[in-house]
Amino acid sequence: MTVQELPGAAAYRPTPPPAWKPLTDPAPLLPDPEPYRVLGTDAVADADPELLLRLYAELVRGRRYNAQATALTKQGRLAVYPSSTGQEACEIAAASVLEERDWLFPSYRDTLAAVARGLDPVEALTLLRGDRHTGYDPREHRIAPLCTPLATQLPHAVGLAHAARLKGDDVVALAMVGDGGTSEGDFHEALNFAAVWRAPVVFLVQNNGFAISVPLAKQTAAPSLAHKAVGYGMPGRLVDGNDVAAVHQVLGEAVARARSGGGPTLVEAVTYRMDAHTNADDATRYRVDSEVEAWRAHDPIQLLERELTGRGLLGDEAIEEARAAAERMAAALRERMNADPVLDPMDLFAHVYAEQTAQLREQAARLRVELNAELDQHGQDDVEEGR
Amino acid sequence: MTTAAATAGERTAKAKPATMAQALGRALRDSMAQDPTVHVLGEDVGTLGGVFRITDGLAKEFGEDRCTDTPLAEAGILGAAVGMAMYGLRPVVEMQFDAFAYPAFEQLISHVAKMRNRTAGAMPLPITVRVPYGGGIGGVEHHSDSSEAYYMATPGLQVVTPATVEDAYGLLRASIASDDPVVFLEPKRLYWSKADWSPDAPVAVEPIGRAVVRRPGRSATLITYGPSLPVCMEAADAAVEEGWDLEVVDLRSLVPFDDETVAASVRRTGRAVVVHESSGFGGPGGEIAARVTERCFHHLEAPVLRVAGFDIPYPPPMQEKHHLPGVDRVLDAVARLQWEAES
Repeated sequence: MTVQELPGAAAYRPTPPPAWKPLTDPAPLLPDPEPYRVLGTDAVADADPELLLRLYAELVRGRRYNAQATALTKQGRLAVYPSSTGQEACEIAAASVLEERDWLFPSYRDTLAAVARGLDPVEALTLLRGDRHTGYDPREHRIAPLCTPLATQLPHAVGLAHAARLKGDDVVALAMVGDGGTSEGDFHEALNFAAVWRAPVVFLVQNNGFAISVPLAKQTAAPSLAHKAVGYGMPGRLVDGNDVAAVHQVLGEAVARARSGGGPTLVEAVTYRMDAHTNADDATRYRVDSEVEAWRAHDPIQLLERELTGRGLLGDEAIEEARAAAERMAAALRERMNADPVLDPMDLFAHVYAEQTAQLREQAARLRVELNAELDQHGQDDVEEGR
Repeated sequence: MTTAAATAGERTAKAKPATMAQALGRALRDSMAQDPTVHVLGEDVGTLGGVFRITDGLAKEFGEDRCTDTPLAEAGILGAAVGMAMYGLRPVVEMQFDAFAYPAFEQLISHVAKMRNRTAGAMPLPITVRVPYGGGIGGVEHHSDSSEAYYMATPGLQVVTPATVEDAYGLLRASIASDDPVVFLEPKRLYWSKADWSPDAPVAVEPIGRAVVRRPGRSATLITYGPSLPVCMEAADAAVEEGWDLEVVDLRSLVPFDDETVAASVRRTGRAVVVHESSGFGGPGGEIAARVTERCFHHLEAPVLRVAGFDIPYPPPMQEKHHLPGVDRVLDAVARLQWEAES
């Protein structure tokens, strides 16, 4: 005889909890099981050949830009350069899916995306040359300052997109971050805010395999970085980051979704950082050549070139033309970067506050005295040495 | 601790007792009414009106798009505010408590404080970060920190703290109107302090960065701000019996720092004590004492002394009375200002 069957005892029935249902249906948010590809698949038939040709020229130019910037570090013209060689498809696609009124939020590795959006490469590179933190007016170009602290630009993108939506403006923000950045708290907070606010933002994670030296396996145990989207209630898309047609399509769809009020999307582009983290890094300490070579065989420019030449859309002449245009860009960049930037030490105090504080005025005056004394000393040295 | 928060409905046109909490709420309301780009965001600021009820009624009056309950994430709140300011809005962020503002430090220090400088003046960020700070309310762990030294040490931020009902209104209006970011420290134990104050005839909003002499005196200067002002005023009253006529300077703004007003006072009195709740070591008092010494050395009759919180993590509420600088500790410091030289 059980307790319930005891005569006189009320039958025990557990009180059911209040009704529960998921806030969002997770199924449509899940990414594809494998990175989405266009080049070399049936999907390429739907790609606009003119777009592909334009992207091809941009990729060639982007690769040359990376090579030139790397060379400039060896010549001492840049303090440091985090190369995006091998990742050009992501950089170019990110810039090309945005309208002029939209905003781009680049990380420090994304100067190419900024240049592809139309920014003067010299202005894009001042941070890395070391003369100015930001060499351009972000509002004029709708490109946020290159962000060095990881993932901290992501909540900015969310806030800006949210503000634009509140004002009724048709503006989308596209924010770029790396695989390492997805471990930061700001990544989590930005995605959560974006989803809750249905902000018109696209998050592009370039999974290039490494956070400096640390491989993805030590960064996350998630099935993919794109899967993280589901936890926030936004769609995650997984795409081959070296297939520029695929990245362009996936980002374009995400931008369109954001623009139409559908909210944010997380896009993970699987790619590979062909160069070391920066010129100051030694990649041989943490990865093997065979891995690099495997990715070299999946190079974003070659992938597209093979596709276009195979279909007779791209001839030797057009290839030569793209290369020549890239060379002209590189030559102009080289020449302009060979000039020393003209700096005014008084600028140190000019933009701390709208109005200089009394303390800053004092400090500026002190530096001015030091500089004048230096000038006088040089003058005297010149006289003594009979110059 | 929030039950004593006054409701916003008590405001009337005529001057009558109003609390600092009411004055702060009114400053937010008037700023929002005057400038449609002012947006308030934070945890519980909407429907609830904030845990201290400072934002009470704002969501109802201006809508939830203007006064927004955000997800619970301080870096996200401030980071989103950065983006909103980039797009031309004027966000006012509420951090729920001093110690809960720490998750937002990276956004504050790497972006909010530096954006004007990073962009050579192209993109200043007019963001006000309101932080209830300090102890004396019986708060349990992590609810009573004096965090001003961290903010003071960050160029690009303005650090403002009112000590009176009138200043709470005027300084918050000025902070929201400022094109540079302001960390607006609200002394939470003064939230329910009262003064005769008419919201419809507010005093002219003074620029940020001006200290004020709250009590003129000739014997010595007490330099203080925020929650320690009432302590210093009381100490000055009590000092009369000892024959000391103390001057009290309320800094109101730690950054920019009003060297002029402070130095002029100390030159008049020849003696100074800096009083604050924040820990003494690495605290604001060290900087202030150094600045006073640099400017007033030949006028000083004694070393500048500091009365500060002990160099300990903020104690449990049943012990906080020993930690907080009180009237006796201030008077003891005044007594140590080498008066024997006078006789």
